[in-house]
Amino acid sequence: MIKKLIFAALLSLPAVAFASSGGLKLDEFKPNVEDKLSLQRGARVFVNYCVNCHSASYMRYSRLQDLGLTEKQIVDNLMVTGEKPVETMTAALRRTDAEAWFGVAPPDLTVIARAKEQGPSWLYTYLRTFYRDPSRPTGWNNLVFSNVGMPHALWEQQGERVAHFRTAKDHDGNTKQIFDQFETTRPGKMTTAEYDSMVKDLVNYLVYMGEPAQTQRKITGIFVIFFLVGLTVLAYFLKKEFWKDIH
Amino acid sequence: MSNNEVNRTRRNLILATSALGGAGMAAAAWPFIASMSPSDKAKGLGAPVEVDISTLEPGAKVVFKWRGQPVWVVYRTKEMLDGLAKVKDKLIDPDSNSSKQPGYAKNVFRATKKRPEILVLVGLCTHLGCSPSDKLKALSDAETGPDWQGGFYCPCHGSRFDLAGRVYKTSPAPINLPVPPYTFLSETRILIGEESKGA
Amino acid sequence: MGMLKQLLGWVDDRFPLTATWKQHLSEYYAPKNFNFWYFFGSLALLVLVLQLVTGIFLTMHYKPDASLNAAGVPVAFASVEYIMRDVNWGWLIRYLHATGASMFFVVVYLHMFRGLIYGSYQKPRELIWIFGCFIYVALMAEAFMGYLLPWGQMSFWGAQVIVNLFTAIPFVGEEIGIWIRGDYVISDATLSRFFAFHVAAVPLVLLGLVVMHLVALHEVGSNNPDGIEIKKKKDPETHIPLDGIPFHPYYTVKDIVGVSVFLIVFSVIMFFTPEMGGYFLEANNFVPADPFKTPEHIAPLWYFTAFYSILRAVPPMFDSQFPGVIAMGMAIVVLFLLPWLDKSPVKSIRYRGPIYKWALTLFIASFLILSYLGTLSTTTERTLVAQVCSVIYFLFFILMPWYTRMDKTKPEPERVTA
Repeated sequence: MIKKLIFAALLSLPAVAFASSGGLKLDEFKPNVEDKLSLQRGARVFVNYCVNCHSASYMRYSRLQDLGLTEKQIVDNLMVTGEKPVETMTAALRRTDAEAWFGVAPPDLTVIARAKEQGPSWLYTYLRTFYRDPSRPTGWNNLVFSNVGMPHALWEQQGERVAHFRTAKDHDGNTKQIFDQFETTRPGKMTTAEYDSMVKDLVNYLVYMGEPAQTQRKITGIFVIFFLVGLTVLAYFLKKEFWKDIH
Repeated sequence: MSNNEVNRTRRNLILATSALGGAGMAAAAWPFIASMSPSDKAKGLGAPVEVDISTLEPGAKVVFKWRGQPVWVVYRTKEMLDGLAKVKDKLIDPDSNSSKQPGYAKNVFRATKKRPEILVLVGLCTHLGCSPSDKLKALSDAETGPDWQGGFYCPCHGSRFDLAGRVYKTSPAPINLPVPPYTFLSETRILIGEESKGA
Repeated sequence: MGMLKQLLGWVDDRFPLTATWKQHLSEYYAPKNFNFWYFFGSLALLVLVLQLVTGIFLTMHYKPDASLNAAGVPVAFASVEYIMRDVNWGWLIRYLHATGASMFFVVVYLHMFRGLIYGSYQKPRELIWIFGCFIYVALMAEAFMGYLLPWGQMSFWGAQVIVNLFTAIPFVGEEIGIWIRGDYVISDATLSRFFAFHVAAVPLVLLGLVVMHLVALHEVGSNNPDGIEIKKKKDPETHIPLDGIPFHPYYTVKDIVGVSVFLIVFSVIMFFTPEMGGYFLEANNFVPADPFKTPEHIAPLWYFTAFYSILRAVPPMFDSQFPGVIAMGMAIVVLFLLPWLDKSPVKSIRYRGPIYKWALTLFIASFLILSYLGTLSTTTERTLVAQVCSVIYFLFFILMPWYTRMDKTKPEPERVTA
């Protein structure tokens, strides 16, 4: 009885998820860091649109060789800041300037995909739910991250939209503003499908950058577990061999 | 089953388990050993450095950092180069046979054929790793000894080197100062740390 | 072979090598009926070694420095990411250490549970239990201080909350808090001293306690699932317990199987879900410490949450959090008293009556519920449940002298059962 209780509790541990963010249901995104082409496209979006303001200060440009690129390709196409490939992705914007302009310096993005619960889905939803909001100093707001300090960096691609809310009552009887739908006021350069696909590449890259060793980790894990299963079998027979004396 | 057979099974199992377990332990030790080698950062920072010598005047020396070590670049005058021949008999390894330098710098000037006046050296004494001080001018004093043609003097144990980094006899240092691999990218730019490509 | 024997003889004349081997392994007689629950002692030792080795290698690259680097990130936080990215196999060593910390508590909790169900703390093993409790406390200190080192948001605010518990002590609390931190907030001074304690002081204490735990165990001999003393029935000629078998080779080969299976479980977690759904590595700890911004939801790591729940369950009295702090402290202190609270004539749950079985079930259930609630934010209902569970937790110990006497026990067997 007690045994069962404990096992049940132990097994249920990973299944219990922490509270998710904002009340909004996140659009699920399952990253695939094996898709090198997607990572390359994502890296390009990242250095073109993010590194202007955000740093990725633990990520060396040279590490992008993981994505199947040569050092020369990295230097020619992706190195937007710094002088040598060994340098990390520092922001083009100076921290002191950023603090003066935005109040806070934009956060470092190296491990952003790990710093959010359900990181990949959060980022995927966040980057696709910016809308025009004249009440905000930047003119932009976001469904997942309300009153976000960052303007929509990819607005040229996605276009401009306004959000419509409807009033509803929750089960305690309080009225609440619930998001209804977006209305496009100015189309972007990309179709919705193209834009979503670009955001997927970008988030995929952010997930990779959060832990560049993750592919190596999983491969190593398979070898280690395979080895340990073999060792267990041998050890089991060894134990049986010795214990047949004991009655 | 006889007693012998039991023992054989048992011995084989012990051997197999120990062998597999031992191999596992050795494999598990590897990441720990490897973690002590230079990291990606250190390796990246140890990469070749590009230096600019456009402001270096004849007879002067500049110091650059490569892999955390001082690297000297000396612009030798004609007199300085002539002085090298005069000290030949006083040196331990005048032809640099047992010293470290790239093949293209294994000559009397210990420099490239195109630019013999430019000397590149790792500025660490081959005795115990102190950094020798400049005695570039041909002025003899107590430290340099008589007939000094210019060179370097190590303050730690008194090793003396000429203007090609060659060590004098009676110095504790056993061999000449090493010449690192280097390439001229242009008249005034040198890449230190990388073998000359076809130069 | 002759040479080796000679060398061994030479050593034995000067150092009790063979004698120690015999005393603690080849001629240490352990009951032959150990079951599943007896794996966790050796596993705890394994994890201890793993933590020491990985810890030493992490120390080579980690920097206990709270100042900001050029990119505006605390050096300590950046050095952890440096280990995860730039150091060869650094990610593996760091994950081993982080997963090992949680697995240490998994193993130790199961080991303590074994002690509970088979009465391993009863006479003559009171000191083994006491040393074990000290190990548990040292382990909590070790884990708590180690958790500050990555200098993430959870590190910072977790330490902030726990150190503030001390400030609840009447009159001198404020001063004590400042003294522990070495500053008015958790700062570089705190980080450096926690580092010193984490890598040097506490591990030394832990090692010493583990040695004492084992020496005490080998002095009185191991308990077993039947809770009877195997030393009572010895072979009249050899004086070896009839139900005892030499630890080596029988339990060494058995423990190798246990180690191997444990390492599989460990590897599955570490290689495929190192964050363990946020329980082993929390998302918020991937954000550098920010003294101006508390995360929305802070909770200690899962192995502390039961005590954290007890702390929160006690309402402030006389405008002071102190009663909650006392309750939390007592929840640990009471563990030490267990050998003297249990008045049962039998040790093992196999021969105990229904009252103890119910009491233990309720206790374990309330401990698990408290642990779970500690990971969540509080609501009125949750606090009520936590209060009920806290009361059960304490009643299990406080009422033990009575219910263990009242309980209808079954007769113990003469010899261990299979």
